[in-house]
Amino acid sequence: MRTSRRTIAAIVAGASALTLVATGCATGGGEAADPDAKITLTLATFNDFGYTDELLAQYTESHPNVTIVQNKAATSNDARDNFFTKLGAGSGLADVEAIEVDWLAEMMQYSDKLTDLSGPDVDGRWVDWKTESATDADGRLVGYGTDIGPEAVCYRADLFEEAGLPSDPAGVAALLEGDWDNYYSVGQKYVDATGKPWFDSAGATYQGVINQVENAYEENDGTVIATENPEVEEAFTSVLEASSTLSAHLGQWSDDWTAGLANGSFATMLCPGWMLGVISGNAPDITDWNVANVFPGGGGNWGGSYLTVPAQGKNTEAATEFAAWLTAPEQQLQAFANAGTFPSQVEAYSDATLLDATNEYFNDAPVGQILTDRSNAITVTPFKSVKYFPINDALQKALTRVDVDKSQSISDSWTQFVADVKALG
Amino acid sequence: MTTALDDERRIRRIAFSQKLSHWDVKISPYLYISPFFILFAITGLFPLLYTAYVSVHEWHLIGGEGDFVGLDNFAFVLQQPQFWIALRNTFSIFLFSMVPQVTFALLIAAVLNENLRAKTFWRMGVLLPYIVAPVAVTLIFSNMFGDQYGLVNNLLGQIGIPPVQWHSQELPSHLAIATMVNFRWTGYTALILLAGMQAIPRDLYEAASIDGAGKPRQFFSITIPQLRPTLIFVIVTSTIGGLQIFDEPRLYDQYGQGGANSQWMTITIYLYNLGWGQLNFGRAAAVAWLLFLIIVLIGLLNLAITRSIAASSDVTATPRNSTTVQPPRQKVTA
Repeated sequence: MRTSRRTIAAIVAGASALTLVATGCATGGGEAADPDAKITLTLATFNDFGYTDELLAQYTESHPNVTIVQNKAATSNDARDNFFTKLGAGSGLADVEAIEVDWLAEMMQYSDKLTDLSGPDVDGRWVDWKTESATDADGRLVGYGTDIGPEAVCYRADLFEEAGLPSDPAGVAALLEGDWDNYYSVGQKYVDATGKPWFDSAGATYQGVINQVENAYEENDGTVIATENPEVEEAFTSVLEASSTLSAHLGQWSDDWTAGLANGSFATMLCPGWMLGVISGNAPDITDWNVANVFPGGGGNWGGSYLTVPAQGKNTEAATEFAAWLTAPEQQLQAFANAGTFPSQVEAYSDATLLDATNEYFNDAPVGQILTDRSNAITVTPFKSVKYFPINDALQKALTRVDVDKSQSISDSWTQFVADVKALG
Repeated sequence: MTTALDDERRIRRIAFSQKLSHWDVKISPYLYISPFFILFAITGLFPLLYTAYVSVHEWHLIGGEGDFVGLDNFAFVLQQPQFWIALRNTFSIFLFSMVPQVTFALLIAAVLNENLRAKTFWRMGVLLPYIVAPVAVTLIFSNMFGDQYGLVNNLLGQIGIPPVQWHSQELPSHLAIATMVNFRWTGYTALILLAGMQAIPRDLYEAASIDGAGKPRQFFSITIPQLRPTLIFVIVTSTIGGLQIFDEPRLYDQYGQGGANSQWMTITIYLYNLGWGQLNFGRAAAVAWLLFLIIVLIGLLNLAITRSIAASSDVTATPRNSTTVQPPRQKVTA
């Protein structure tokens, strides 16, 4: 008798402890039925989305029952690990989760774990390709587009001057107009004149090159061609060959790299819109960064993100409303002003606040007009399927081994990349 | 009739209560120790067995259970050069952290064991690094160990030593990570060793002093042999901890995957990359089990060494004149 009662007690205690843990993991609270109930919405982003406290406060002012908590991950890799772990576990995700275009396809496999966000009021809000890639086979829209990443070139005017190169944006644009070889040969001139590196890293430069290739790693049917595609190997080799003399050998997002943004260890870097916020945030005291309306090899898009509402959340309805508000053109324009995240919303493109936007930090560069032009110059939409992210990750490591670590030759590193891709199998 | 029935009932009740008290004696002890085992079963045994179940299946982080594949996951992992690199790194970091850590901890403990002023202050002081969160330690240290603009390389430059590639080369990265581990754990280990030293009978030292042994001789001939059980405890626990090292290498760079060439990728990082990077839980579970087996193997090895030491120390250790009447003198310590 006593035995069984104790066992039951133990089981009950254990079970209630587990329930406590389970409820502790779930975010938010309150009843979904009552629209005025006090709720907390969590928002998970990475890098810098331009969602400042002031921007978020506008929402809480009009929705006094809502409290917003934003968590920022340092890199898109961290955000991805976190997203998939908790998506698999079935709990723990934020009410609104930001995801990057590089792993969008990977996520679309599990679109049934996300809330359908489509609705008449958001119909036609974004450029078509942005919406299409976030719509699953059943026609459910699972991600609201935030920004896209049309690329320009950021440069240090003072360093250009030192090297005897033109340092005004128009002059730099004319200087760099052309293909990648031109970008490298101007760089060689700069290096010869100053003895200092031209760009930050092989990894970042490669991103610019590969985002101009339509089927880099996968055919449209999903077949992996990364290791056989001559375009990939060519991009890999040419970037690394140029890097041997031109690169500052800084791993992107490393402590050394962020220090390099401020201490002038390189003269140029490829600049998608969202990179503007990264630069001004990490080098607030530098006055010589500027943006040139040019990109080697034409146009290119790097990154860009979406907001999703995981179905596991408690307040999916309120979260959807919040995500829709955040990605509305008006708010995206504010985010653009904060962090340079270029809108993916059609209506924003004709908005005077975008076209007339200047960036004080970048010496009042007309960033709105520049990025609009750069966006119009994009001719290729790279195909990114399920394996895109892990393959690109392996390739970035291969670049790092040669460029940053200097522990392998170009051909050895390529051989290891081929093996790594095979191991993904 | 009725009385007979009552009697029967009473007899039965007595029998039952006797049975209860019989059970009480037999079962209660087990019940008293059961909370630990129930908790262990939930948090230890179940995950262990479940991991074994996962490791013989195709298993996707989100997609969940797939086909039964037998030992394929193990075969795959064992054929990956990455696994062996991870194993090498783990042992290398472990040696770099354990050997200096125990050595320094011994020295610190020996000093703390002397009659110092403000004893408690010093003893608590060595524990301070242990209070700092490992994440904070790692963030600070990985910044200090920056390859190009880090503090350590700056200081080395001041005295004319060329910069060390703390991240891109294998050995320096192991050293840097081991430094973080040592920073955090040396004080803790020192306190455990200090506790062990306090338990050594003082008369041994007195006898040694009378025999003319100096401090160093006393340290090597009395303190260290007497500390054996404590040392073995420290070594066993730090072995298990060292083989599972994760926080420090994970936060050592911005990606947390152990470096572009897996320079400082440990077994647990490899496990993490498989499970959460490639979303392949089957293979990650196989690595988890391999790590478990390695730790068991090393545990057995430790046990064997311990036994042989214990056996040999019975022969060589100076016989303690234990039975003679002696006043307890340990109150000298405080």
